[in-house]
Amino acid sequence: MDLRVPEQEKAFRDEVRTFLEESLTPEIREAGRMVTSVFAPVKEAMAWQRILNDKGWAAPHWPKEFGGTGWSVTQRAIFAEELVRAETPPLVPMGLHMCGPCLIGCGTEEQQQEYLPKILNGEHFWCQGYSEPGSGSDLASLKTFAEKDGDDYILNGTKIWTTYAHYANKMFALVRTNRDGKPQQGITFLLLDMDLPGITIEPIVGLDEVSEQCQVFFDNVRVPQKNRVGEENDGWTVAKYLLTFERGGQEYAPGLNVMLEKIRLMAEKQQTAFGPLNQDPVWQYKFAALEADVLALEFTEMRIKSALSAGKDPGALSSMSKILGTELLQKVTELRIETLGSQSVIWQPQALVPGEEQPVIGPEYALTAMPHYLNSRACSIYGGSNEVQRGIIAKAVLGL
Amino acid sequence: MNFQLSEEQQMLADSAKRFVRDNSDVEKHRQNKKLMPLDAATWQQFADLGWLAVPFEEEHGGLGMGQLETMVLLEALGEGLIMAPYIATVVLGGGFLRQASAAQQAETIPALLEGKLQVAFAAEEYERVFTLENTAMAAEVQGTDVVLNGIKSCVMNGDQADLLVVLARTGGQPGDQDGLSLFLVDANAPGVERVAHRTVDGRQGAEIRFNQVKVSEAARIGELNGGYAIARDVLHEGLLALSAESVGSLSVLLNETVEYSKTRNQFGMPIGKFQVLQFRMADMFIAMEQTRSLLLAATLKTVEGHDDAAKAVHAMKAQLGRAGRKIAQEAIQIHGGMGMTDELGVGHYVKRVTGVDGLFGNADVHLMAMARSA
Repeated sequence: MDLRVPEQEKAFRDEVRTFLEESLTPEIREAGRMVTSVFAPVKEAMAWQRILNDKGWAAPHWPKEFGGTGWSVTQRAIFAEELVRAETPPLVPMGLHMCGPCLIGCGTEEQQQEYLPKILNGEHFWCQGYSEPGSGSDLASLKTFAEKDGDDYILNGTKIWTTYAHYANKMFALVRTNRDGKPQQGITFLLLDMDLPGITIEPIVGLDEVSEQCQVFFDNVRVPQKNRVGEENDGWTVAKYLLTFERGGQEYAPGLNVMLEKIRLMAEKQQTAFGPLNQDPVWQYKFAALEADVLALEFTEMRIKSALSAGKDPGALSSMSKILGTELLQKVTELRIETLGSQSVIWQPQALVPGEEQPVIGPEYALTAMPHYLNSRACSIYGGSNEVQRGIIAKAVLGL
Repeated sequence: MNFQLSEEQQMLADSAKRFVRDNSDVEKHRQNKKLMPLDAATWQQFADLGWLAVPFEEEHGGLGMGQLETMVLLEALGEGLIMAPYIATVVLGGGFLRQASAAQQAETIPALLEGKLQVAFAAEEYERVFTLENTAMAAEVQGTDVVLNGIKSCVMNGDQADLLVVLARTGGQPGDQDGLSLFLVDANAPGVERVAHRTVDGRQGAEIRFNQVKVSEAARIGELNGGYAIARDVLHEGLLALSAESVGSLSVLLNETVEYSKTRNQFGMPIGKFQVLQFRMADMFIAMEQTRSLLLAATLKTVEGHDDAAKAVHAMKAQLGRAGRKIAQEAIQIHGGMGMTDELGVGHYVKRVTGVDGLFGNADVHLMAMARSA
């Protein structure tokens, strides 16, 4: 065991840095710097995706034959770290990280050929139709029904928390095709166009006054059966495939380290009656506690990468990472508002909209703190709530 | 010892609760996507109900009531998330005016009682962790006048205010209690520039710039360099009121979360039946009741003039920050996605209690103040 970095990895890191330096436009950098969510402003995120795609780097995690890079686990991690360090806007994940992998694993060749290139180049903008008003943590209880009619399905029901549905032209959805038996066994994975007759999209305004989520309504929407991925009533398998593909895919520590460093700089600027806040023992204690947690997570994530590189299943470790990553993100955003005091109470979300020439009131570095704190409360709710994640550890790992 | 409300206090509580039942501001918070002017009609209603007169002496046309009555009133207003700037104008503004000269009082209190004068306390400064002693903004003494230069930040009600109470340094260094002075400044005086902004809780504040603003001796409250004690006492009254209001808001957050958990079904039963959520809601309840206990401790010790009253006020504001954070975070988590929306009331209550922690020193600041006051 060692932590030495091989020369070729250093060279790769330099290559990535040089590319980022040369290809990031001021608008894209600005959007990345002002991000307060895992979802970046659409225009800048898609512009950035097109630049990456031109370089062949939009989907490093895909197999090479479908447009991936063929990089090692370590190279992919280096790439992800450098994106975070350069504060690039995160790419919109629904196509690249969700639908794409599902099609790679479970789609027909025809579906792969039709959709994957358009995911890469951004022509198709996907949204995810999973949750429903009555089916959140208990996703398998979903009720949106797809009734067979000739060569089509006819959809009725509603989906909620559909991120960026109001920007999307495609949706991948879990729908019910059988109401009998175990709930997981009557679910089908469908692809559909967002401009089909009978679809209504209602944006939902969030706590941060941004409409990131939507509710989508289906009223007798006709979807061709050829848009099914996998077998009928076997959509749960497709959805689960995504989880195995994604395992260890997301790393939180690099982003958390960037945020902590910025908070340290903010604390240097805040004067207490006894000197700068970063010299205050209470602040130092809280900061150090988070640094320790993030260092631990960084090595948990390295253990996952090490296992994956060796072709092993990281198992329990990857179950932890969503819980740790999201809750540490929440704590880091909390320390940031505590560091800023009343400066984080000033509310000017319009100044975060790219291209708005809104003068900032107060220190510019305080601008994202409160919106990000509020937005990050969602992280422990979405993608399988952290209660569900703890249940998985208890059941699948501890055997309780 | 008796923690029961008097008949008079009960009447005030009942009237405030009736008002809130008819006038909850949750819908207003939902609509409130840009800076809103003062809701003059509601403010006039406050005047008509006699609420603006609560903390003023009878000789000034007030009701001669104190912090206990303010607590009762504010707790009810907090339940309805009422946005009216009562604390800025009546509790803080009124608190300072009660310490002002007879001439200053004659000029201001009647208008305030009629609902025609708004006040704001300009205390906080950018990049300075708030305590009164940490104030840096300079006020230069020139003969009998004083010239103010500098910026005050996040002044609650700052844009609506007609009158500013400005805390500035006429001597000493940041960290010193000595050398602080208080001035009444016309918000529209030459050299006063205000940039209004919303605050996270849907209310309004302002950055206020003072550029060579000259005020006369007659505009000072208290002694030159001797403003600290007045500022501390009035600020502590403001903190009591802020905490009372927040206890009202926290109780709504708790109740709404509990009710939601009874009606939201997942895995074939209401989520409130899951023990993991029951324990967490029990902890929310405990945190809220502990906050209420410290509110009573701080208020009663202040009213009765106990030696450790200031320490209890710090404890209360610290508890408010910590319990408020916990209750707000759990309220969102247990509501799931719905808790993240602008549509439900819960998010607006969360934003209020989160904002309150950041005002006039957060939990860390007040715990340190408590440690240093021991």
